[in-house]
Amino acid sequence: MSGPLEVQGLLSEAWRLALGFVAGLLFGFFLERAGFGSARKLTGVFYLKDFAVPKVMLSAILVAMVGLLALGRASLLDLDLLAAMPTYIWPQLAGGLLLGIGFVVGGYCPGTSAVAAASGKWDALVFMAGLVTGIFGFAELFDRLESFYFSGDLGDVTLADWTGLPPAGVVFLLLLMAGAAFWLIGRIERRPRKDEGDLGEYTGRSDAVLGTGGAQS
Amino acid sequence: MDLSSYTLEVAHEWDQGTLDNGGEMGMELKPNRRSSRAYWAPFVAGGALGLTLLLTFYLTGHGLGASGAYTGATAALLEAVAPGSAQNNSYLSSYITPGRSPLYSWIVFEVLGVMVGGFLGAVTAGRLKRQIERGPSIGRGSRLTLAFAGGLVMGFATRLARGCTSGQALSGGAAMALGSWAFMLAVFAGGFLAAPFVRREWQ
Repeated sequence: MSGPLEVQGLLSEAWRLALGFVAGLLFGFFLERAGFGSARKLTGVFYLKDFAVPKVMLSAILVAMVGLLALGRASLLDLDLLAAMPTYIWPQLAGGLLLGIGFVVGGYCPGTSAVAAASGKWDALVFMAGLVTGIFGFAELFDRLESFYFSGDLGDVTLADWTGLPPAGVVFLLLLMAGAAFWLIGRIERRPRKDEGDLGEYTGRSDAVLGTGGAQS
Repeated sequence: MDLSSYTLEVAHEWDQGTLDNGGEMGMELKPNRRSSRAYWAPFVAGGALGLTLLLTFYLTGHGLGASGAYTGATAALLEAVAPGSAQNNSYLSSYITPGRSPLYSWIVFEVLGVMVGGFLGAVTAGRLKRQIERGPSIGRGSRLTLAFAGGLVMGFATRLARGCTSGQALSGGAAMALGSWAFMLAVFAGGFLAAPFVRREWQ
């Protein structure tokens, strides 16, 4: 059956919500397995100590991106029916900067704080209360923010539109860039460490020393 | 002696670095009952997340999200405290459907799934543990204050950027949206800029 199912009216409301729950279930489970229920692992990238965040994010995006193109080519998914992702470049850049600051200060993002709270982290629960408060603040200030919120409107522009390359060409370039990024990360990971009491990559197991690839020397 | 069923426990969970100095500080061998499973290799977890995202696109035509559920919760909370207040708000009114709770939405069900999935993941890996996660040189009160402050900034930021690491970075990134990739670069820039100021919180 060719997708997306919901857009073509092939999913009842009950199925839609139930499958949303199932998608979230898988999402949460895999986030936990990635180590993303741990604030120290998540923020490790900003101290060049743990690179799980860029590794996991880039590989997830590239797998889904290649998958979308492949399903589209095989006529299993009508890419024209996918939800539009409009670009408002200024609020997205400003929001991204602020979000990065909130990330390293708070330790989580909205999805990972849900995982962390469900695995017993009180700080994640407090972070979630902060999220709701921040959203409330935005809503209260919205009238004053509205013009900025709609600024830099570039429409539903993709990297392919922007570069003038075919989508497969963009994928190829992004794979090359990801390869370069992973190579660079590998160099940083293998560099000799000077500071004493260094964590090494946090593996999530207490027997990291006897296990494989734990504390680095 | 077969060590495979034993765990080398370090006095401080985060202090594995002491092992580099000869490994004498506060360690003991304990039976392996309490040890937690290792995380998956990043590319394995990333691949699994990518396939989950692809499945979501196939089913619904859109990707995964998270911050939208918190926005629904904010609207529901406001309506409960002061009926009509979210309805009359120029931003939150789009989250209100008459005769229906803002919580009755796809993304809220999805994030409930994330919590259950995260819980199951933590339980099956032996990582379910009540704790306040923080670095060795910060107190609980300071950590909780910073957790709230970070959440506050991020909550605001997700609305400005029209999504978070899930909806913008992962989903928009996979759909090749230009704004999502710009957003992602800005997130890392913001994180690296602020990191030196809160180093004590984590390291």
